[in-house]
Amino acid sequence: MLEVKDLHVTVEGSEILKGLSLTINPGEVHALMGPNGAGKSTLSAVIAGKDGYEVTSGQILFEGQDLLEMEIEERALAGILLGFQYPVEIPGVKNIYLLKAALNAQREARGEKELPAPEFMKLVREKLSFMKMDGSFLQRAVNEGFSGGEKKRNEILQMLVLQPKLAMLDEIDSGLDIDAMKIVAEGVNSLRSQDRAILMVTHYQRLLEHIVPDHVHVLVDGRIVKSGDKNLAHELETRGYEWVLEESVA
Amino acid sequence: MASQEMEQLVRREYTQGFVTDIESDTVPPGLDEDTIAFISNKKGEPEWMLEWRLDAYHQWLKMKEPSWAHLDYPPIDYQAISYYSAPKKPEDRPQSLDEVDPKLLETYEKLGIPLHERAALAGVAVDAVFDSVSVTTTFKEKLAEAGVIFCSISEAIRDYPELVRQYLGSVVPKGDNYFAALNSAVFTDGSFVYVPEGVECPMELSTYFRINAANTGQFERTLIVCDKQAQVSYLEGCTAPQRDENQLHAAVVELVALEDAYIKYSTVQNWYPGDEDGKGGIYNFVTKRGDCRGDRSKISWTQVETGSAITWKYPSCVLRGKDSVGEFYSVAVTNGRQQADTGTKMIHVGEGTRSTIVSKGIAAGNSDQAYRGLVKVGPRAKGARNFTQCDSLLIGDRCGAHTFPYQEIGNSSATVEHEATTSKIGEDQLFYCQARGISEEDAVNMIVNGFCKDVFQELPMEFAVEAEALLNVTLEGAVG
Amino acid sequence: MSAAHAFLQRLGERFSDEPTWVTARRQAGAARFEALGFPTKRDEAWKYTDVRRIAEGEFALTDDAELSASRFEALSMPLDAYRLVFVDGVFSTALSDVEALPEGISIEPLTTAMRTNHEAIGGAIGRLAGVDFSPFTALNVALSEEGAVVRIGQGVVVDKPIYVVFASRANEAPRMSHPRVLVMAGARSQATVIEHYAGETGAANFTNVVSEVMLERGAIVDHYKLQEASSEDLHVASIHVEQACDSRFTSFNLNLGGALVRTDLVTDLNAQGAEANYNGLFFVQGRQHVDNHTLVNHNAPQTFSNENYKGILNDRARGVFNGKVIVKRDSQQIEAYQNNANLLLSDRAEIDTKPELEIYADDVKCSHGTTTGQLDEEAVFALRTRGIDEQMARGLLTLAFAGEVMDQVRLPAIAERVERAVAGKLPERFNLADLVEVSDALQEA
Repeated sequence: MLEVKDLHVTVEGSEILKGLSLTINPGEVHALMGPNGAGKSTLSAVIAGKDGYEVTSGQILFEGQDLLEMEIEERALAGILLGFQYPVEIPGVKNIYLLKAALNAQREARGEKELPAPEFMKLVREKLSFMKMDGSFLQRAVNEGFSGGEKKRNEILQMLVLQPKLAMLDEIDSGLDIDAMKIVAEGVNSLRSQDRAILMVTHYQRLLEHIVPDHVHVLVDGRIVKSGDKNLAHELETRGYEWVLEESVA
Repeated sequence: MASQEMEQLVRREYTQGFVTDIESDTVPPGLDEDTIAFISNKKGEPEWMLEWRLDAYHQWLKMKEPSWAHLDYPPIDYQAISYYSAPKKPEDRPQSLDEVDPKLLETYEKLGIPLHERAALAGVAVDAVFDSVSVTTTFKEKLAEAGVIFCSISEAIRDYPELVRQYLGSVVPKGDNYFAALNSAVFTDGSFVYVPEGVECPMELSTYFRINAANTGQFERTLIVCDKQAQVSYLEGCTAPQRDENQLHAAVVELVALEDAYIKYSTVQNWYPGDEDGKGGIYNFVTKRGDCRGDRSKISWTQVETGSAITWKYPSCVLRGKDSVGEFYSVAVTNGRQQADTGTKMIHVGEGTRSTIVSKGIAAGNSDQAYRGLVKVGPRAKGARNFTQCDSLLIGDRCGAHTFPYQEIGNSSATVEHEATTSKIGEDQLFYCQARGISEEDAVNMIVNGFCKDVFQELPMEFAVEAEALLNVTLEGAVG
Repeated sequence: MSAAHAFLQRLGERFSDEPTWVTARRQAGAARFEALGFPTKRDEAWKYTDVRRIAEGEFALTDDAELSASRFEALSMPLDAYRLVFVDGVFSTALSDVEALPEGISIEPLTTAMRTNHEAIGGAIGRLAGVDFSPFTALNVALSEEGAVVRIGQGVVVDKPIYVVFASRANEAPRMSHPRVLVMAGARSQATVIEHYAGETGAANFTNVVSEVMLERGAIVDHYKLQEASSEDLHVASIHVEQACDSRFTSFNLNLGGALVRTDLVTDLNAQGAEANYNGLFFVQGRQHVDNHTLVNHNAPQTFSNENYKGILNDRARGVFNGKVIVKRDSQQIEAYQNNANLLLSDRAEIDTKPELEIYADDVKCSHGTTTGQLDEEAVFALRTRGIDEQMARGLLTLAFAGEVMDQVRLPAIAERVERAVAGKLPERFNLADLVEVSDALQEA
């Protein structure tokens, strides 16, 4: 589904990703781990198409298409959705507007008809209650005045409504207490399916107890230096990142 | 030093033309074409200069004195002013510091002005100020080495007519406004600076170094041209209150920055504000404008305005060059019955131009002050940005502080932000300081200096220290 | 002959049969108007607004108020309200609905009020806005014929909004009207007054209205001015407010239509505890020109004002905002906040803004801020990562920009109408009307 080949990325002149390669197949859940500054968030930002990241070489293919040639929204419509680490506040834009506009765009891209208002409302209410969110929330401006937990739940709610093919979660667990984490994890787990992939970027192993990954990658200094299964995450938790680095150098 | 050597030193100054060599005479009050011809002739000017002056005069005749500034003053009788008077003869001046107003001396004391400079500032007839003379000499040598021209405007008209002709009036046209037209017709003094391509002026230029700065004319004309990649920092004025006989001051300052040039112009203005009732103070109506003509050029105005009875002054930047930058940092302090109407204009013409305005006004006593500014973004100024911060602090309940910011924005990619606050010194802030054993007056000074910090840090270092001291003196007795 | 003189002369003998004191007042207005003349760009208050289109126009006064119910419905809002309707300035009995007024409230056309109670009304009218405020108020005094008079007794809380509609018809030749609105809110009374200016497509009339609102001690008035004139209509309005102690006045000045629009809003906070809130929104496109001048006079200690004006400009439209706060000497413990934000959607649109503070007291907390700029690119990016195309994202954010003012609107009918109008006014691809619908439906559910 997603193929990242020897990706080099510079930000403001300094190279952050130095030849990163990663393949994600449908149905898989990947966790990308690594110390601060390793370039974890850079990867998800580049995949989503954020400005200010210069791809100097390498390739990203999504379902065979060259992702780097696509506009930001084209990527989203192709089925890539990024859950932000720090979701931006958008004063005045109601959540309901965002959801409706985004869903309309998705459906239009898939050649489907716009969802009639009653059905749309039913869908949203259902997902809302799954995320244990209040109905009044829809009338509030996107992320404005939300607590950290509310913002993260909102990111997952959008995923539940939009049903992406590839969900990327950038440090989705940061700033969450254990209860909020469980709700978020439940939301993410409900997204798991045969034809959907999930890429989690995280610093801590804690999240992976709730969302168990199929593959774990360790990103150090702009490269994936080790890959393994969920046990690798446990090992990282107990031994830290140093040994991986030493091993990779050796 | 023997008196003979001293005299030689003084003479040498004269021959170098810093003090224009004219016999003492004064024209009778009044302004007409003859007065202008007289001035031009006295200055030994070429004919084109006289024509230029006469043209300005004719434009002035057709103009009306502006009345829109937030100021209140009795009408000025332009026919009662003498437009030319030679520097005072030594025998007309106070013969020693004993004859000088003790209040003035007290202020010098507080400002920490060195003893030997006090006499010069007070206009005492001791012309040779040792330090200044020696400083001036070494200073001139250094400049000549770098190829920088720094002289009086009259001298420049004689010695560098091509440069003057090319740039004079190119930023502030003769008929720009009432006072600029008047100045163009009758200016008698001022400075000229030319920094050649690629030269970074080796020192800060200051009128302070010019011996005749103490009797600056009332219609000063300054022209500073910075060629490509050149840089200069120019200091105008002096923190000490200056003795001055002229009531009306109408100066014009023109700055031209070519490609990649940078001009920093700092002013400390502390002219006589008049007595407690505002009588006898100076009217300061000045036109200052910088033209960022070249791409990536930068002009920065910093001013500390504490003196004058009335100040009317808007140092401006025309941002013509692509990615050029304009800055304006101002502190205006008014006390007693002073009035100040000051601010800036940032005219964004070129693409990617940026400007910053930081204005801090402090009003105390019965004074009144206004910030008046214009940010204009033209249709071609793609991506222009302006940020304006404009704060007023009121001390006492008899003063006024006003803000009149105009914004004319004609480009959708421009970002223009303006923030303004008006407040008084917080009781809780004063209490906090006093509870730490700081006197109320010191606390006020501390808070006011903190309030002005953003601007003071833009001043050249020595100037900044003096400016702080000056602020404290100006606000003396404001709290009581 | 001056333009002002010519303007008046065309009226001939229209006002011949009036009581002498009314004639005298008209003459005073006419004399003042002739002396002042139409303002020019040299007048500081009119620096950015050129009124030659009015000065050079030929407008007739109107005698009939014919407007079918269906045409009226197309212009007005279906509000449950007490309703007075004026058609090109002429009162329409047929379209108005002021039956069954509760005790303590009177809502009548000016002519009726003058007949039944001419001393009280005649004395009040012009007290806040006489001939000196501007040439247009002088012109209004010279030519005014009709208007709305609302009086609310002490302690009366009006149960429904008072809805005053000024309809501008698509006439064969341009008409003009000079209406007056007078609102007298008794002590501790509460009311919502809506002035709705609505123009039919093709209307090209000149409206020159003067409103006066007087709030006695503790009165609370919400005042809406919803201006939806046609794209050819010329509209000049001034609203003058006087507030006694502890009164609260909230203004919503919502401008969506008009070719040339000028509104002056002036409030005098005359006693302790008085509070004025100004909310403004304008959305202009094509070659529309909208000028808002607001003024708050803090004439007494412990008075408060809060102002938030937002403008959205597209095409070659031009907007002017001039907000002024004056704190008089000895008016201590004042709080005054003023904010103006503008969004330029086109390179050829222009905004001229000037927020002013004039302060003569020291124990004050005053601030103002203005921003003119574009949409937050971070937010545009965030929306695009959700698959919303860039145009749509910008549309949503534009609507959100207006939303900040609209959220303060306490009448849902007006909020909805303006939101729909803004959504509908966004360039084609921005059209968000369906989103608004869903949102409204949800809100009702």
